[in-house]
Amino acid sequence: MSDRRKKSVEILENVCLTSGIYSMRIKDNEIAGMAKPGQFVSLYTKDSSKLLPRPISICDITEDTVRLVYRVSGEGTKQFSKLVPGDMIDVIGPLGNGYDLDELNKNNNGRLTVVGGGIGIPPMLYLAKEYIRLFPDRKVTAVLGFRDKNTFLTDEFEKVCDVLYASDSGEIGIKGNVIDVIRNESLEMGIVCACGPTPMLRGLVSYTNEKNIDTYISLEEKMACGIGACLACVCKTTEIDSHSNVYNKRICKDGPVFKSTDIEL
Amino acid sequence: MNTSVNFCGLNFKNPVITASGTFGSGMELSEFADLNRLGGVTTKGVAITPWAGNPTPRIAETYGGMINAIGLQNPGMDIFLKRDLPFLEKFDTNVIVNVCGHSEEEYLKAVERLNDSSADMLEINISCPNVREGGIAFGTDPVMVENITGKIKKISKKPVIMKLSPNVTDIAEMARAAEAGGADGVSLINTITGMKIDVNRRTFAVANKTGGLSGPAIKPVAVRMVYQVANAVKIPVIGMGGISCAEDALEFIMAGAALVSVGTANFHNPSVTIEIVKGIEEYMERFGIDDINELIGCVK
Repeated sequence: MSDRRKKSVEILENVCLTSGIYSMRIKDNEIAGMAKPGQFVSLYTKDSSKLLPRPISICDITEDTVRLVYRVSGEGTKQFSKLVPGDMIDVIGPLGNGYDLDELNKNNNGRLTVVGGGIGIPPMLYLAKEYIRLFPDRKVTAVLGFRDKNTFLTDEFEKVCDVLYASDSGEIGIKGNVIDVIRNESLEMGIVCACGPTPMLRGLVSYTNEKNIDTYISLEEKMACGIGACLACVCKTTEIDSHSNVYNKRICKDGPVFKSTDIEL
Repeated sequence: MNTSVNFCGLNFKNPVITASGTFGSGMELSEFADLNRLGGVTTKGVAITPWAGNPTPRIAETYGGMINAIGLQNPGMDIFLKRDLPFLEKFDTNVIVNVCGHSEEEYLKAVERLNDSSADMLEINISCPNVREGGIAFGTDPVMVENITGKIKKISKKPVIMKLSPNVTDIAEMARAAEAGGADGVSLINTITGMKIDVNRRTFAVANKTGGLSGPAIKPVAVRMVYQVANAVKIPVIGMGGISCAEDALEFIMAGAALVSVGTANFHNPSVTIEIVKGIEEYMERFGIDDINELIGCVK
């Protein structure tokens, strides 16, 4: 019963992909063996003044490694960025529900569209790769939104699916956001999975609702425990949730992936 | 070696229990910690009806601690009695149910509902800094503390612990008021009201503006208050505030706490309670302590 634990794992790689974005690979066959696209891990700093874990989405796995692509957004992630291969890091995972790939494969007209904005892009790579591996005859399109020319993971997306780009600066893809690309291209979407800033998700969901397209979104919120106990990272729901008995769900435990019609952004 | 403590007539196999609000109703943490190894589990606060809690962000990390303003979100008494308490009954540990309310009437209704439940003991939260009605409003005036304690004691079939707020000038006065009202024990400290400003967003880091500061940062304040209270009242004391290792727990015990609650440290390591239990045993072995009761309040 009490068989899960925080553990110390070895860092195999920790490289800068572009300004402020890093890719870390950690060695652990248990986490790699259990992980699903859409799940995350809790990473802990070595600095005892920082108690809380940093939730980082899983970007990819191999048989015994887990890849985490993260943005340096504060002191904690800055400390992660300084770690080198051979260093150990404390981790709990995988956490959260993740995507149900069989469910995504139903009623999607053979198509899956993954939409990522900024640091919401990495988990979409894992999803795209895993979906194609399981269902090779299906078509996947990725719509990626960046701030400017400092892109990341684009080569890896292009290896597995069609990719459309948007950027705030117009330096890559069209100038605008992911919704602008989708509208411009009148993109045939099938089922949509998305991760990114809340305004992006809000815009996307309002578009897909209008078109009656099933949409799943990954949410983010400040977390304390990461395992569903503290009720810090809740989101508003459209119906009373069976666990909380109020109109909210725990992002870390019941999510981070939700059907867009179940929650209020 | 004896690590067991008698507290309000209940036997605790060791003095380590969990702090309310950091452990849910044990279900999630039981994957990481064997609840059978703990002296007790204190549940997240439960009210007579479901509470939705505060808007997000509800927490912010601070130096050596965190600020929270969850707002006592809870599923209400019906679900608690049907789902959460039966889950905890399966373990060989004491269950302390933390009770919250917006009004005296709500506290009393909740206590009444718990009378015939499997709860071993009640902890009454009169010290939450994050709800507008009830909570801390009851816990910062000695007359109100004595009054509500007396009313709860009158109807409760379970031992009653009053959880005290540190956001007062003299916490010993509040403890004496709880004792005068008939409390079986007191627990302290709840969180210290704090604030963090997010300079990048130029707004408050938690949506509630203020929140309760917890974690190692508050430990010296908590140890001092436990010492003051333990020396001011005859009823037993549960000590908490920033405990993250066995040495921290022992500080509280030596200051006068018969039981110690582990809170924020569960977020840093969900198995920490078990490590603290083991660490206390190791300490006793190292110093040849036969009975943990020898250590309670040993520093005068």
